[in-house]
Amino acid sequence: MSLYSVQKLLFGLNRDPAVRARYETDFDALLGEYDLSAEELEAVRKPDIGLLYVMGVNGQILMHYAALRGFEWDAYIAAMREGEQRYGPVRTGLYQRARTP
Amino acid sequence: MSLAFAGVCSHAPGITGRSQRADPALRDGFYASLERMRAALEATRPDALVVIAAEHFANFFMNNMPSLCVGMADQYEGPIEDEQWLGIRHTRVPGNAALSQRLIVSMMNDVDLAYAQEWKFDHGIMVPLNFLTPRYDLPVIPVNINCQGPPLIPLKRCWAFGRALRRACEEAPERIAVVATGGISHWPATPDSGKINERWDREFLRRFLANNRGELLAYTDEETWIEAGQGGFEIRTFIALSGLIEGSKCELWFYAPIPIFAVGCTVAVAHLPGALTNPPGANDTARP
Repeated sequence: MSLYSVQKLLFGLNRDPAVRARYETDFDALLGEYDLSAEELEAVRKPDIGLLYVMGVNGQILMHYAALRGFEWDAYIAAMREGEQRYGPVRTGLYQRARTP
Repeated sequence: MSLAFAGVCSHAPGITGRSQRADPALRDGFYASLERMRAALEATRPDALVVIAAEHFANFFMNNMPSLCVGMADQYEGPIEDEQWLGIRHTRVPGNAALSQRLIVSMMNDVDLAYAQEWKFDHGIMVPLNFLTPRYDLPVIPVNINCQGPPLIPLKRCWAFGRALRRACEEAPERIAVVATGGISHWPATPDSGKINERWDREFLRRFLANNRGELLAYTDEETWIEAGQGGFEIRTFIALSGLIEGSKCELWFYAPIPIFAVGCTVAVAHLPGALTNPPGANDTARP
């Protein structure tokens, strides 16, 4: 797992116009610059917002990537809930134990 | 002079970005309290506004995360987020690099700080400014306390930072206002967004309003996280303000959970000796 790399990629997409421009023009080349597992690559590329949440991506980073990929607020919340149902509890990071059963 | 004004308010992005989806009665009462805070702040004729905030991966990331950082620029900008998403237009915000530097140099005698000559404000600062300095004509000095990416600074160090800022303010000839902004209990940007632990919030506010150092510093992050969510780590900004006004109490002007704003919306202002923080004719909109 390389949660740090996933979050760094999404942080760059959220905040750095140069990274955003590369997302627009050559997303695959941009993704190649980060140390991501096959599962992480797929989750970012698809995007699978629920899986990214379960992987431990901080919501303060994830919500902006979700918006970039066209998720309205309610759809973003629903995607995280569906992710938990499909993939299980958050695996690592700040939210690992945050949800009560 | 000195500290001219001190208070706290919420900053959640929904406050402006999802305003149309809130219960109008609650929302308008909250907005009215923020407007009252603006009037009170202006009445103290401040030369600068220090905003003690808890940003959300706007400028700082885990590659180089400062626990405490103070802006030192003559100009800032924000919001860094999408204007439509936040409901606040992108703008430039004046700073005061020389005053920042004097405050930083003074505070460094007591606390270790990072400083930043570039800073793009996220909702954590822009939402308060949207209400408190809507013309963006008051120089702002941003402060960030890392409340997002653990390890986080201990609460007692937040209090110490507030005390250091108070001393720095008292050494400066300018009239300085300070607003701290954070959530109390909240689970922002998660599936639990909208959940608010009002009971926990009101107990925290009791301790905060009384400026009870021992009770405020007694919280552990484990307890906060269970009862108040990861957003509860932002009590660090409130505690820094408590250190700033050590010995003075605060008055609660508004508290109400507004779930679509994802936080218990709060406005409180300190009773500072000699400061005009409660202009005549203001309406108290705090819920008992």
